[in-house]
Amino acid sequence: MNMIKNSLGRLVPDDMIPFQGADQIIKKNKRQLIDEIIVGGGNKPVETDMSSLFDKLNIQDGMTLSFHHHLRNGDAVLNMVLAEIKKRKLKNLTLAPSAIFPVHEPMVPLIKNGSITTIYTNYVNGPVAQAIEQGFLKGMLVMDTHGGRPRAIESGELKIDVAFIATPACDRYGHGNGVEGPSQCGTLGYAIPDLLYAKQKVLVTDHLVDRVKKIDLDGRYVHMICHIPSIGNPEGIQSGTTKPTRDPIQLRIAKNTAQLISELGYIKKGFRFQTGAGGTSLAVAQDIKHIMKEKKIVGAFASGGITNFLVSMHEEGLFEKLYDVQCFDLEAIKSYGKNKNHLMMSASEYGNPYAKPIVNDLDVVVLGATEIDLDFHVNVTTDSFGHLIGGSGGHADTAYGAKLTVITTNLMKSRLSMIKEHVTTITTPGETVDVLVTERGIAINPRRQDLIDKLKHSKLPIMKMEDLLKIAYDFTGVPKPMTQEGRLIGVVRYRDGSIIDSLYQIKGV
Amino acid sequence: MPYASAGTLSSNDCLITVEPADSLVITIESIVFDAFGDQIERVIQDVCKQLKIKKMKVLVQDKGALDYTIKARLITAIHRLEGKV
Amino acid sequence: MKRSLLFIPANSPAMLQNADIFGADALIFDFEDAIHPLEKDAARDLLTHYLDRFKLNDMELIVRINDKTTPYYVDDLKRVVSLPVDTIMLPKTRYEDLIELDTLLHKLEKQSKREHPLSIIPIIEKAISLFEVEKIASHHRVTGLLLGGEDLATDLEVERSQEGTEILLARQMVIYASKAYQKDAIDTPFTDVSDQEGLIKDAMFAKSLGMTAKACIHPIQIDTIHDIFSPSEKQIAYAKRVLHAEQEANDKGLGVFSVDGKMIDKPIIERAKQVLKRVKP
Repeated sequence: MNMIKNSLGRLVPDDMIPFQGADQIIKKNKRQLIDEIIVGGGNKPVETDMSSLFDKLNIQDGMTLSFHHHLRNGDAVLNMVLAEIKKRKLKNLTLAPSAIFPVHEPMVPLIKNGSITTIYTNYVNGPVAQAIEQGFLKGMLVMDTHGGRPRAIESGELKIDVAFIATPACDRYGHGNGVEGPSQCGTLGYAIPDLLYAKQKVLVTDHLVDRVKKIDLDGRYVHMICHIPSIGNPEGIQSGTTKPTRDPIQLRIAKNTAQLISELGYIKKGFRFQTGAGGTSLAVAQDIKHIMKEKKIVGAFASGGITNFLVSMHEEGLFEKLYDVQCFDLEAIKSYGKNKNHLMMSASEYGNPYAKPIVNDLDVVVLGATEIDLDFHVNVTTDSFGHLIGGSGGHADTAYGAKLTVITTNLMKSRLSMIKEHVTTITTPGETVDVLVTERGIAINPRRQDLIDKLKHSKLPIMKMEDLLKIAYDFTGVPKPMTQEGRLIGVVRYRDGSIIDSLYQIKGV
Repeated sequence: MPYASAGTLSSNDCLITVEPADSLVITIESIVFDAFGDQIERVIQDVCKQLKIKKMKVLVQDKGALDYTIKARLITAIHRLEGKV
Repeated sequence: MKRSLLFIPANSPAMLQNADIFGADALIFDFEDAIHPLEKDAARDLLTHYLDRFKLNDMELIVRINDKTTPYYVDDLKRVVSLPVDTIMLPKTRYEDLIELDTLLHKLEKQSKREHPLSIIPIIEKAISLFEVEKIASHHRVTGLLLGGEDLATDLEVERSQEGTEILLARQMVIYASKAYQKDAIDTPFTDVSDQEGLIKDAMFAKSLGMTAKACIHPIQIDTIHDIFSPSEKQIAYAKRVLHAEQEANDKGLGVFSVDGKMIDKPIIERAKQVLKRVKP
């Protein structure tokens, strides 16, 4: 395999389109759309076990099977399909789950024996990540963003033969939702592209009723239903109640982040905001809530993965609407079920660069990072040792769309500086990243002279990224550079389909 | 064989164990070995040189300790060993 | 004019190397209750090398040593005298302990050729100490008194309460003694870290009685304590006038000057500078 350099100087396979800049391809190309696969109305056939389902669908070697990840670490559907694949000794399959969690460990032996040879996903961690980074996947791991996956599906680039759509509640017409039934998970935003464009669509449910109360999945697209005793474990589906961090360093970072956003004048009427579900993100949301309440500000919307905290802000009148691509906890699920301004958005409406996505309307997004470098490139795909620890998810999409993109991270973790000269893997390009907030200083991307000017008189500890790196190195010492020597095992795709970086087998295997 | 240790295996700390030996033998196990293994060894060598220690076995189990921590834990371990010998 | 003092266990690298980012006015490196008896030596060494490597500006550095009834007292003192710290915090202080410490320090400081003599903040945490608190506060090395509410309640054989009635008299006596000699009156820490509302109530009450600062056991308490203990508008205005008058006097080449009819000498100028440093941003 030959490699060429993309516009960020990263080596990528020469048979794929190299990254050329965050805007370049999107501005030059028109949206590509294949025909939606519509089945029509009427009752859908119901299977009651995987074996007859596989027969009816005629699942063969080499097919592409897709899944959504709304059941997160409580998912049982993907594993049931894997068990059937194992029984039938199918080979050379491409799997396209929108995310992979530790619960999906049964995928590992099927990777090792060549049943599964290619994987398209937006996020992977746990045993499957370990197996892939150790080089067991015979084909490639292709990592998309939450907005890039629908683009790939709707353009025909990622052709799905069968979409197994886990559906908490379903009726005989194939209409479905995620708010009823024992395995409720809330919105089903990531399932929509698969529902529309896959060749065959199966709703897999444990709650089949005469009529569902809410139609989030339209039965006209559905071929058949698979009705089984359980599609997942509620304890794994909901993250419990996600709470803001108590770690004093994270709290300091959160406080400075909220103050920065406030000083830049973004917290005003009509504020449009997104942040993650992690402890620091929620602490930022908490501080912003405080400011909004004090100044009596009503925001237009909060978006992304929705947590109980954002729900409380909505219910207290601080955000008019919630745009929800996935629910992280029970409060979010309940709110989606009852609040009329808590709205579902499909993955495409969320982040597809060709679909005028919600991310483009964002004022501020607050994101994490495993690494960031002097060019402000951010890594959320691997750690500093090259291990796969996640993936973009909506990171690259929101960073592109938001007027202000803030990255929060500790300056150092166990002697390793989070600021690098060059990140191990680029997930999100620096041209879309504006500010870094750490506990010892804040760096502003030199591209944003407007922000630097606005903060001229700020008491916040603002400095150049190079200086912040110097501070880190002063603590840790200058590390010996770590080299990536392993063979190519995958690629990181930017939301426009171009390759922004490559993934390599880890050392010592 | 008397030995002594100091420190912990908590994040940002290191556990250093020392015992008498025929020469200076340094073994380093670190979560950041590739990046800082050489540096850690240098710190140990410097302290031993300063204290004129040429015969000792040193085991460093490191969880990302900065240089000052490595220095301090080594010195504490050496003093504890002196108390036992 | 410090408002917050943050306790940092001296044997924890993670806490030491992050101590400076929380904005506390003073750090109390703890050799005493936070350190296991078998790790007292490790704590001394760790703090020594931490301070050797990192210079902490703009903060008062205090070490809480083990009291004289312990086998660690003398070793603690010998080490502290050689460290770039400002103050020793002495647990369970009786007046005679203070005198003994002063004598010992005098000797050790001379031997070590320290540039600045160490100050002392006695911890008032025994019933008997309340009867000596005025003499303790009057001592020249003493820059402030810390009330040790938890240990005091134990000495009184009562439970600590949120309202703090059981330690009210002690709080007031510490305040009166401190004020009499213009020393800092430092309130006991609020131990429920998750109760922000409780902290606010407790700190405001302490301030209303006359406490000038409060000890913290968790960085999350610092901002609240700064809000409550920062100088008042009046204090800030006065400080500004003192410094303005000083500048004027310097320009005119005058050695002495007064503000509001009161002659201003060096300690008052220093205090004015400190007040303005502690103004809420």
